[in-house]
Amino acid sequence: MSEGAGMSAREVILARIREALRVPAPLPHGLAEESQSQVRQPQQRAAVTTSGAASAGISVAHPSNRLPSLTVLPEEVARPWLPDGGETPAERLRLLIENLGKLRAIVQQVPDLTAASDYLFTIARERDWHRVAWHPHPLVEPLLAGVPCATYRVDAADFDKNALESCDAGITSCEALVAQTGSLLVSSATSGGRALSILPHVHVVVATCDQIVATLADALHAAQARYDGHLPSMLSFITGPSRTGDIERILVLGAHGPKELILILVG
Amino acid sequence: MIVNDLAAPSVGHPPATETQPPKLAKKRFLHDAAEHVRDTGHRAFVRKALSGYYASRDVQKARFRDWEHARDAASLAKWSAVNQLDELLPRFVANFEANGGQVHWARDAEEARTIVLDLVRAARAKAIIKSKCMTSEEIHLNAALEAEGYGVVESDLGEFIQQLRGEPPYHFVFPCMHVRRDEISDLFGKHLGTPPTDSPEELTMIARRHMRRLYVDADIGITGANFLVAETGQISITENEGNARLTAALPRVHIAISGIEKVVEHLDDLAVLLPMLATAGAGQPMTCYNTLYAGPRRPGEADGPEEMHLVLLDNSRTAILADPEQRDSLHCIRCGACLNVCPIFKNVGGFTYGTTYQGPIGSVITPHLRGLADWNHLSGASSLCGACTDACPVRIDIAHHLLHNRRNAARTAPNAWERLGHRLFVMVARRPWLFGLGGAVFRRTLPLLKAVRPPLLRDWLASRDLPAAPRQSFRRQWDHRQSQQPAVSREGSA
Repeated sequence: MSEGAGMSAREVILARIREALRVPAPLPHGLAEESQSQVRQPQQRAAVTTSGAASAGISVAHPSNRLPSLTVLPEEVARPWLPDGGETPAERLRLLIENLGKLRAIVQQVPDLTAASDYLFTIARERDWHRVAWHPHPLVEPLLAGVPCATYRVDAADFDKNALESCDAGITSCEALVAQTGSLLVSSATSGGRALSILPHVHVVVATCDQIVATLADALHAAQARYDGHLPSMLSFITGPSRTGDIERILVLGAHGPKELILILVG
Repeated sequence: MIVNDLAAPSVGHPPATETQPPKLAKKRFLHDAAEHVRDTGHRAFVRKALSGYYASRDVQKARFRDWEHARDAASLAKWSAVNQLDELLPRFVANFEANGGQVHWARDAEEARTIVLDLVRAARAKAIIKSKCMTSEEIHLNAALEAEGYGVVESDLGEFIQQLRGEPPYHFVFPCMHVRRDEISDLFGKHLGTPPTDSPEELTMIARRHMRRLYVDADIGITGANFLVAETGQISITENEGNARLTAALPRVHIAISGIEKVVEHLDDLAVLLPMLATAGAGQPMTCYNTLYAGPRRPGEADGPEEMHLVLLDNSRTAILADPEQRDSLHCIRCGACLNVCPIFKNVGGFTYGTTYQGPIGSVITPHLRGLADWNHLSGASSLCGACTDACPVRIDIAHHLLHNRRNAARTAPNAWERLGHRLFVMVARRPWLFGLGGAVFRRTLPLLKAVRPPLLRDWLASRDLPAAPRQSFRRQWDHRQSQQPAVSREGSA
């Protein structure tokens, strides 16, 4: 197909892509050379499982009558070749705390929200906070009553980025905690928008133990199920406090985001 | 305007901003490479900077229960997406638009620059903040914005340092890995008026303090994109510092620029690709922030941009797509692992390549993006060790693609001298008596060659020595050896 003068950039690029894909490509280097003849067959409709792909737990199917697509086999959803996320709640809790420790995040386990509130009071005193930002949430609001400083409530109706910038800490809830990597999944829907978890110098996350999931995939699937196709405009995996290695590859915490990440784990 | 990023300077050279004819690319590469390999201090510095990476990468790889399986899965996810780009790209765009984002298609660098400039003008922007974006380096966006009078600040620490130095990135993941802390201290002193320090932490805090107001005051935030998720219409951005998060949170307009090849089919694919990107590229379990954006601020959300734009850039990516043999080079997730392990990169340095994408993967794709005739010399920037292929988390056969490019170059523009040389060799090699005669002559004249140093050998001999000639030919030595072995093994080897 030639690129006509009247075609839009979109049409031209899509035409180039269609033209380019008329010749199929072999499977990735190192994967099941013997199955390439099957993949090259344009008319092949039946699902083929290549040996390399199968050992990776992935089936190669030809739904479009032309090119293969990949679906993860059900028994392989757990992806037992990725870093371990833990089989039991106790294991997941242990892995989460271990991973967060390596990332230099601070984890404080508390039995209930009253104890969480006491802990927040203590760290606010220790760090001499003047103002903390928060967002309305059942896990966050009860903690604010006793903080020994001014507060700023992040509100969709009246958001002021200058006010947020002046805050020492941001206190948020989260979507999930990932044992596998020590990541916290925050979103614009459940963590007070986009800036609250990144602009203040300290990020305090309040979460419950039942929010711990094993893997990144579990956290993503849970978010997809919860929002049922209407995902928040931002979903972010936070894995430790902000960091950089740009100067001589030496690790420094607190590049542009929070210098400290504190998880208060309730229950 | 011809896109040309030859302006990459070598260490210690003032950055050249003027464009140069591409014919100089090879000459320049050879010159800069020669200069760099002599700079042992620089090489030692780069090696030391990378030593921590090797250690932490190995620790993180060991956390994978099977790293090779993970590579299989990651490469298949990218292979599947790239080979279905005709279906997945429109699906991504439809979902991205349903999320409230606006898509702009750019056939080449100039069209992409025009799109961004139009968006900046329409927003009546006064200040632009930018997070690390290699596609913007590829299209020379900053120069275009500055030419129109718009100030743009790079917020990633490494990119900010490079911007102040007036240099492009040295390494597409570690932009200023070649710069010493005292140089950064002087640079900040000169541009920001800060007192000297030799603490990387204090230097980082200077940049942090400097940048905070800029995030709040900027009208436009420009970012790149690491993945485009077809299923959900989200773009995924990976970063450590939090600067991309701030860039996409506070300004009124968010513009992302991405190559068309960044599509993955499922959100779930990122559960494999994100940890692999972090481990292969920087020796981390996960990069600090991995963020998915689905359009601008939603009703009920506290903050976020009013508009989100995505520029989808072709700029010859479809030319790579049209080459099934090297199509897998579009699987690249820009982790930088192949640079970090490459003996050539470590010895000639990032600027010598003269390309937006340095190192082995840059040497593979640059000839496609900018012409094989002028950039084939990069195919020779390889020791054939294959370390890049082994390091690649998505199994791109980088080392062989360098050879494929050499072959293609020989096909399209054969070198007359090489052809003559090969013809002569074939003629001689087909005639055992001539081959033997040639060898005998060579053995006897070798000392003379070493003394005279004829032009063809001079470059080679500049850094090497020829061994002493053996007294007998290989065939004579072989026959002698075989006659002393038991007969059985001779038959067995026949």
